[in-house]
Amino acid sequence: MDVSVKPAEKRKVAVGAPLPHDSARLHVTGRASYTDDLPEPRDLLHVAVGMSTVAHANIGEIGLADVLAAPGVIDVCVAADIVGANNCGPIVADDPILAADIVEYVGQAVFAVAATSVDDARKATRLATIEYRELDAILDPLTAVEKGSFVLPSETLVRGDPDSALQSAPHRASRRVFLGGQDQFYLEGHIAMAIPQDDGCLLVYSSTQHPDEIQTLVAHATKRSANDVTVICRRMGGAFGGKESQAALIACIAALLTDKTGRSCKLRLDRDDDMIMTGKRHDFVIDYDVGFDDTGRILGIDFEFASRCGMSADLSGPVNDRTMFSCDNAYFLENVRIVSHRCKTNTVSNTAFRGFGGPQGMFAIEYAIEDIARRLGVDPLLVRRRNFYGKDERNITQYHQTVEDNIIDEIFDQLVASSDYEARRTDIHEFNTGSAILKRGIAITPVKFGISFTNTLLNQAGALVHVYKDGTVQLNHGGTEMGQGLYIKVAQVVADEFQIDIDRIRIMEADTSKVPNTSATAASSGADMNGMAAKKAAAKICSRLTEFAARHFAVPEANIDFRDNHVHCGDAVVTFTELVQLAWADRVSLSATGFYKTPKINYDRATFSGRPFFYFAYGAAVTEVVVDILTGENRTLRVDILHDCGDSLNPAIDLGQIEGGYVQGVGWLTSEELWWNDRGELGTHAPSTYKIPTCSDLAPDFRVELMQSVANKEDTIYRSKAVAEPPLMLALSAFYAIRDAIASDASPLPDLQAPATPESILNALQAASHE
Amino acid sequence: MTDRATIRFVLDGEIIKVCDVDPTRTVLQFLREDLCRNGTKEGCAEGDCGACTVVVAELNRSRDAVQVRAINSCIQFLPTLDGKELITVESLADGETLHPVQQAMVEHHGSQCGFCTPGFIMSMYAMYETSSNPGRQEIDDALAGNLCRCTGYRPIILAATEMYSLPASPSGDRSANLEKLQRKESLRIEHNGRRFFAPSDTDEFAALFAEFPEATILAGGTDVGLWVTKQHRELATVIYTGRVSELCEQQVTDTHIDIGAAVSLTDSVSVIVQHYPGLDEMFRRFASPPIRNAGTLGGNVANGSPIGDSMAALMVVDTSLLLRCGAVEREISLGDFYHDYMVNDLQPGEFIARIRIPLPTDDAIVRSQKWSKRFDQDISAVCTAYRLVVNNGKVISFRMACAGLAATVRRAGKTEAAINDQPWTSETIENACQMLAEDFAPISDMRASADIRLRACQNLLRRFFAETGSDDLETVYTYGRQR
Repeated sequence: MDVSVKPAEKRKVAVGAPLPHDSARLHVTGRASYTDDLPEPRDLLHVAVGMSTVAHANIGEIGLADVLAAPGVIDVCVAADIVGANNCGPIVADDPILAADIVEYVGQAVFAVAATSVDDARKATRLATIEYRELDAILDPLTAVEKGSFVLPSETLVRGDPDSALQSAPHRASRRVFLGGQDQFYLEGHIAMAIPQDDGCLLVYSSTQHPDEIQTLVAHATKRSANDVTVICRRMGGAFGGKESQAALIACIAALLTDKTGRSCKLRLDRDDDMIMTGKRHDFVIDYDVGFDDTGRILGIDFEFASRCGMSADLSGPVNDRTMFSCDNAYFLENVRIVSHRCKTNTVSNTAFRGFGGPQGMFAIEYAIEDIARRLGVDPLLVRRRNFYGKDERNITQYHQTVEDNIIDEIFDQLVASSDYEARRTDIHEFNTGSAILKRGIAITPVKFGISFTNTLLNQAGALVHVYKDGTVQLNHGGTEMGQGLYIKVAQVVADEFQIDIDRIRIMEADTSKVPNTSATAASSGADMNGMAAKKAAAKICSRLTEFAARHFAVPEANIDFRDNHVHCGDAVVTFTELVQLAWADRVSLSATGFYKTPKINYDRATFSGRPFFYFAYGAAVTEVVVDILTGENRTLRVDILHDCGDSLNPAIDLGQIEGGYVQGVGWLTSEELWWNDRGELGTHAPSTYKIPTCSDLAPDFRVELMQSVANKEDTIYRSKAVAEPPLMLALSAFYAIRDAIASDASPLPDLQAPATPESILNALQAASHE
Repeated sequence: MTDRATIRFVLDGEIIKVCDVDPTRTVLQFLREDLCRNGTKEGCAEGDCGACTVVVAELNRSRDAVQVRAINSCIQFLPTLDGKELITVESLADGETLHPVQQAMVEHHGSQCGFCTPGFIMSMYAMYETSSNPGRQEIDDALAGNLCRCTGYRPIILAATEMYSLPASPSGDRSANLEKLQRKESLRIEHNGRRFFAPSDTDEFAALFAEFPEATILAGGTDVGLWVTKQHRELATVIYTGRVSELCEQQVTDTHIDIGAAVSLTDSVSVIVQHYPGLDEMFRRFASPPIRNAGTLGGNVANGSPIGDSMAALMVVDTSLLLRCGAVEREISLGDFYHDYMVNDLQPGEFIARIRIPLPTDDAIVRSQKWSKRFDQDISAVCTAYRLVVNNGKVISFRMACAGLAATVRRAGKTEAAINDQPWTSETIENACQMLAEDFAPISDMRASADIRLRACQNLLRRFFAETGSDDLETVYTYGRQR
């Protein structure tokens, strides 16, 4: 047989198929176990957290006698009880698990109670008497800038000569915009259960995107070595970045009380406590000054970003870095200055949320684009096209990475046509002329989003694959499942590597004892990295099986072909299981690890230059809305999305990510408002007051397509592209459609602040009418 | 333990008997902590996210049909299940054969993280059992109480549409078991010094409340449930209205819609909007189906929240309340009922027995508008209601009441005066808008700031004026649906 018949790449059987989520049947029957559903150990105690009621104060006496005396209470824990490091900060050690001398936000954990029931623990926390000596609190980013209050130094990135470009530009527009934050609102709140193990070891079940970091921080807090702590997560009920760093606080508290009581401890946050205590998407104050020519081309632009980081650094460094990397969106900014302030405020420490600073940067440039279009009296679509990155020129980002895979023009061409954009814009103009109260608006916005952790070292992943004697497979990798479909995608890859049915693969939970030293499942990189690592592990076993089969059947290795649960060995055909049994009998190892590190990337943070991203993902959306200009209430009427997932690993899963990301983004920009009072208390800490989109908010006409025939130029897993984060930013089109709807024909565009709640819209209209 | 102290309900065809239980234990706690039946989830413990949704089946008033409805198990106290059937996400599949609702959700990729899914399944199951071939709006309304953060809802809506085309799943006869559970006598539970009474007639109810005037009256539990789950209050004595036959009845007389205080919002609203179609949109936006299935109009009125949705509408149509204390009854106008923030005219031991809404007159336009951040299941920042009679362009009678602008829901007296007897014109409305600022001095909170509340209210009045001049003036919510 000719050597050339052996396929260079595995046949795609499972890969590329629209398979349902691996847990779909468990989800719909209630049999999918989340951390709170696991069988509880007989000795289990329930933990509740006593939170600070003031935004900034020195702590005096902490009176816990009544707490200890309360029914069911077994023990309490304060900062002084922490034997190891009192820190759960992921990068900078500035995040105490329990406040020691000072509290820095309302909701900060001060003490924790372990009791025999959830109710007893929660009730007991209310009996504490904590003496606070209040200090001045900084409650917003602008005050923080004024007072020089930062969690990290401000950063500046300059490319070209923005000052000269601005001065000589024929037109200029400048503005200050307020952009709200967002609660992740995963349906499953934070939870961890710590269980004492043999000889001082600890097992922690945690709803976390980052088991490795939980392991590290729990080990530090409890003065253990990492090998004495095991962290497991089978699935999360949503995470969206909110369980990247934030899960550590919950796990550390559970672990500390486990050590103190010698009993298993579970901490499940009540929804309100979860929203008060844990971090969210950063809200921003954005200033920009843009200079442009008569054609709408941006000549120079000056951005100043001030974000609310809260009381500690958490992930705010990389979040704000990504804002600086993303404020070009799909546009070439030849002369640009980006100043980024990471403001320290006496509010909860903000953290990762789908997009990770990117959405805020992209929001800023799109606001400027819209202003340019209005100033010139042209459709913003033209200004967007005028400024898109080129293919061979004007293709270097402000951080000096060359954009090599640009397909934004193709996406726009296709979407403008398929959405009938031009005709609809004309229709809308006519409609608005004849309608006094209801006004329609439309916008098309692009997405270009860099894929990779900007911190290069995080771009590594591991996997562990076992083949058992009955021909079934256990699949372990470092990724966590939060609903995004990572586990089914990786299983599809492994199924095709062995060319066996996917139901022969048992997908295992994320477990630090199986795969060590993993990165967070974040930055949209889960399938890219874990898929590749698992493929490598499976390929190792395949290679051993091939080598064995060649030997056993006395045929060249090139003549061994895995296909349809069978292995063709020259003229002989055996089932996959038979080959496995033969190999086992011949003492062939049927277990292997796989390791992957993303190639090509390198990046020098000191100079903000290099290649932080392996590639870019692209997309675009057209949204049409109708707004009642008397009430500010609004509704999306039609959405057209075209999004690039490369050669999709699973188009059904990817479609779900695009749709869900879009709607989540619309929530951020319209109905989801975080509201603090003047004492720094969050008023919107439950679904009764914090309003994520519901069913009826989905546009009646909602059309989503994956861009076809756009294999990733880079050698990713089956030439697919990451999904997850990029589609969230498709929702920018909804915000700008609202802004379009409420713009009267007179310029300038209204000063619409995000989120565009009815209140925000009425304010914008009021301000416009006074101009 | 006597039978009177035993809670009995059906679960998966078996009669479950529970005695010696904390009467404020929620159905969700019972499922998860006592039965280790973990499919039903807690997402918020306040009835706002729907992850805890279960279905309750019960015999209707005339015992000739079984009513199937979704409720929030996280705020429903266990004793309220007495005499009913509880259906949870674990109840639906027949072995490995999924129920059509479940099968449709799998086929259309309706779950991602899966945490909200059991709740969606149960809301969809209630719809499956009670409706066929629903349109988009009916699906939206049925699922308004269920939040999903992953999917963006498109595949769930598709599943809800397609589930009817899958092979049907027989639901079986539920009535036989339910019949067995019907009791004449009241349910009386005492546990660790806490009492729960579910009397079956008004006299017993009145006597109990006279005996325990500090007792908490429990109707749907959509607010009282939160006292326990969120405020951790310990309720020493609870008297439940849900089994009191007279309180559960409503009728339409020649002059009134007469609604017992324990009638669910779902039932009372369906009658009210038949007579007052202009209240339809407000009631559609009022909470969510699981909340409306449990909650009562009587509870909404008795609670008296300044941002309650029903009272403005009830006020402008001259609704009165029939109050009862022991054997003594009196009637009070709803407009006179509220004194101050969460203070009303009820005396110790007195309760709302019935709500009397006059039937509409032919010439009056009655409408209510709700203004909030989100269309469905949001608490109003402002809620308005109007009753208008115009003759030959002149206003014969104008009433307006507002929620969200003061410590209580109340009428806008000066605004009304500025409109009554005036021509129904935009000039009159503009004058009246100025008076709204004299009627109300709202506060700022997380729902809206003070000045925007007032401006929104003025604009709502302008919108009402515009609507009266045009029969088909669309709202943003009807706009897309009618195309």
